[in-house]
Amino acid sequence: MNDGIIIETQGLTKVYGSITAVDNLNLTVRKGEIFGLLGPNGAGKTTTILMLMGLSEPTSGSIRVAGLDPVRQALGVKHIVGYMPDNIGFYGDLTGRENLIYTAQLNGIAPDVAKSKIDELLTKVGLQEAADRRVREYSKGMRQRLGIADVLIKDPEIIFLDEPTLGLDPEGTKELLNLILELGKREGKTVLISSHLLHQVQAICDRVGIFVKGKLVAIGSVSDLAKEIGSEVIVELKTSNMEDFPTHEVNAMPGISSVQMEKDMIVIKSDDPEIAPKLVRELNRMNIDIYHVRSRSSDLDDIYSRYFHEGEAKLNV
Amino acid sequence: MSKLNKLKEKFQKQLAAFKADSNSQGSSNNLATVFFKELSDQLSSTRFFILFSLITLTGIVSFYSAASNIRGTTDDAVASFVLIRLFTTSGSSLPSFTWFLSILGPLVGLSMGFDAINAEQNSGTMTRLLAQPIYRDDVINGKFLARLFVLVLITLGLGFFVAGMGIIITGVPPSGEEVLRLLLYLGLSIVYMGFWLALAMLFSLVFRHTATSALCCISLWLFFSIFVPILAGMVADAIFPITQSSDTMTQLYNVRVSQALSRLSPSTLYSEASVTLLSPTVRTLGPVLLEQTFGAIAGFLPLGQSLLLIWPHITGLVAGTLFIFGIAYTIFLRQEIRA
Repeated sequence: MNDGIIIETQGLTKVYGSITAVDNLNLTVRKGEIFGLLGPNGAGKTTTILMLMGLSEPTSGSIRVAGLDPVRQALGVKHIVGYMPDNIGFYGDLTGRENLIYTAQLNGIAPDVAKSKIDELLTKVGLQEAADRRVREYSKGMRQRLGIADVLIKDPEIIFLDEPTLGLDPEGTKELLNLILELGKREGKTVLISSHLLHQVQAICDRVGIFVKGKLVAIGSVSDLAKEIGSEVIVELKTSNMEDFPTHEVNAMPGISSVQMEKDMIVIKSDDPEIAPKLVRELNRMNIDIYHVRSRSSDLDDIYSRYFHEGEAKLNV
Repeated sequence: MSKLNKLKEKFQKQLAAFKADSNSQGSSNNLATVFFKELSDQLSSTRFFILFSLITLTGIVSFYSAASNIRGTTDDAVASFVLIRLFTTSGSSLPSFTWFLSILGPLVGLSMGFDAINAEQNSGTMTRLLAQPIYRDDVINGKFLARLFVLVLITLGLGFFVAGMGIIITGVPPSGEEVLRLLLYLGLSIVYMGFWLALAMLFSLVFRHTATSALCCISLWLFFSIFVPILAGMVADAIFPITQSSDTMTQLYNVRVSQALSRLSPSTLYSEASVTLLSPTVRTLGPVLLEQTFGAIAGFLPLGQSLLLIWPHITGLVAGTLFIFGIAYTIFLRQEIRA
C-alpha cells in the first residue's frame, strides 16, 4: 500500500432522490490511524461509512479499502472491516455470549477458537459477569461495549465506529474511548470514528475530518486545524468583586481582543499566547484576588463551529 | 409426481451448487448458520408456543368429536377410508380437522413471517448482520427455510399424532392408499402455509412497521378466504344472471365463472385440493349434469385420478409460493441500507 494509505475515496458521491448525502468526497486514512469523522447529524457520516462497507452503493466516485473495492468485493471488505452501526442492535432474547457466538459463526470462526476468543473479548470489554444474561436486560453502555466485542471477533484490520458514545454517561464514554484508544495504539488497528460529540473524540483522534452537508470542509490533526483558524487564546478568570472588575483597563491591554462576563466567569480572548501570566501580574498590581485562572487554546468546538459556519456560508453562496 | 420430483431435484442441485459457492469464498456455510439461528429463535418464541398449542388443541378436539361421531356411521356399506374420513368429518358441534387447519394454517404462516425482516431492521440487528462477510441470499433463504421447516414440523407432527390417535380409537388399520393420501394432504397443507409465509415475508420487506405488515397480511387473508368467493358469485351473477327461465347453459356458465374467479384465491385452491385428497368420493370439482351421472358406477376415485383432478391446484399453489418468495428475494437483495 502506497504511503500506508488504507482507505481512499475519490469523488465519492451519494444521491438519494433530490438530496445529495455525500458530495464529491476525497478522503484518505492511513494505516494504524484513529480518524474522526465529525459533523452535525445528517451531514453524511453514516452514509459514507455504509459506502465504505459496501452496504450502500455510491452514485459516483471510487473507493479503496485495503486495496479492495467495496462495490465489487463487498465480502472481502466485510472480512477485514468491523463495523459498529449507531444504535447497534442485538438479539434481545439471546445472551451477550450467544450474540457473539452467532457473529463468530457468520465469520466462519471454528467453535473452539471462537469460545476462547469470546471469553477473552468479554473480559476485555468488562462484560464477563453479564455475559450469560439476556441482552434485553443490558444497559446502553453494556450494549455499546458488547458492540465493541462484536466488532473485534473477526479480528478486523479496520474498525468503523458510528456514533459509539451516543447516549452514554460520562463515565461510560470515558471507558469506551479508552478502549478504542487502546485498540488503535496498542493493537495498531485503523479506527474510523464518526461522531457529532467533538470534545470526546478530539482527545483520541490522530486526525479529524469535518463534514458539513455531505462535504468535507476541513481535514487534519486537531492542532493543525487550530493553527489554520488562528491561535486565539481564551482565559477564564474568577476574581473577588466580580462586579468591580476593571473591564476597560483590561481591554486596553495589548493583545486583548475581547472581555466578557459569562455567568460567574470572566472570559478574555486574546491573540497573545502568553497572555495568562501577564493578566495575572496586572490584576495583582490592581490588588484583585484571583480564585481561578484557566487558559486554553481554541479546541475542536471552536474549530468546528468556525468550519461549520464557513461551510454553511460557502454552500449557501 | 414426477414433476414434483424434478422440481425437488433441481432445488437440491441448486442448493448444493449454492453451498459449494459459499464454501469457495472461505466463509463456511452461512446458510446453515442463519438457518439454525432462525430455527432456534422460532422454536423458543412464545408466539410459536401459543400457535402450536392453539392448533394442536383445536385439532385434537375436532378430531376427537369426529371420532366419536364416526362410530355410528361405520356400520354403513362405505366403511372404507375410515382414517382419512376422520379428518374431514365434522362432529356434532365442532367443524372438521381440515376446516380448522385451513383457517389456522395461514395464521401460523403469517404470524411467523410478518416481522421476519422489518423487526430486525427496526432493532438494528440487520445492519450488523449484513456487515458480516455473508451473502444476502443466505439471510433471506435461511430465514425462509427455517420457518418452512417449522411449518413442516408442526404439520407432520400434528398430522401423525392425530392419525395415530385415530388408529387407536377406531381400531381400523389404514390402507396404503389412505396413508399416501394423508401424506399428500399434509404436504399440500405445508405448501399452503408456505404460501402465506412467503407473502408475510414479502410484506415484512415492503413495510417498515411490523404492525402495518401484520395488518396487511391479515386483511389479505380475510380478503382471499372470505371475500373472493362472495365477490366471485356476485360477478358471475352480474354476467350470467340466473332467473326462473334461464337455460342450462347460462346456469353452467354462471357456475364456471364463479368457480374460475374464486380459484384465484389460494384458499379456494387449498380447500378444493384437500377435499379431493381426503374424500375419494369426490369425483369432480365442477358442476355435474344429471345426464353425466347417469349410468356411472358409484365408487371411489383412485389416488392417481384424484391427483389428476387437483394437479392444477397444486401447481398453482407451488408456483404462487415460489413467485412471491422470488419477489421478496429480489427486493431484499436490492434493498439499500440507508443511514
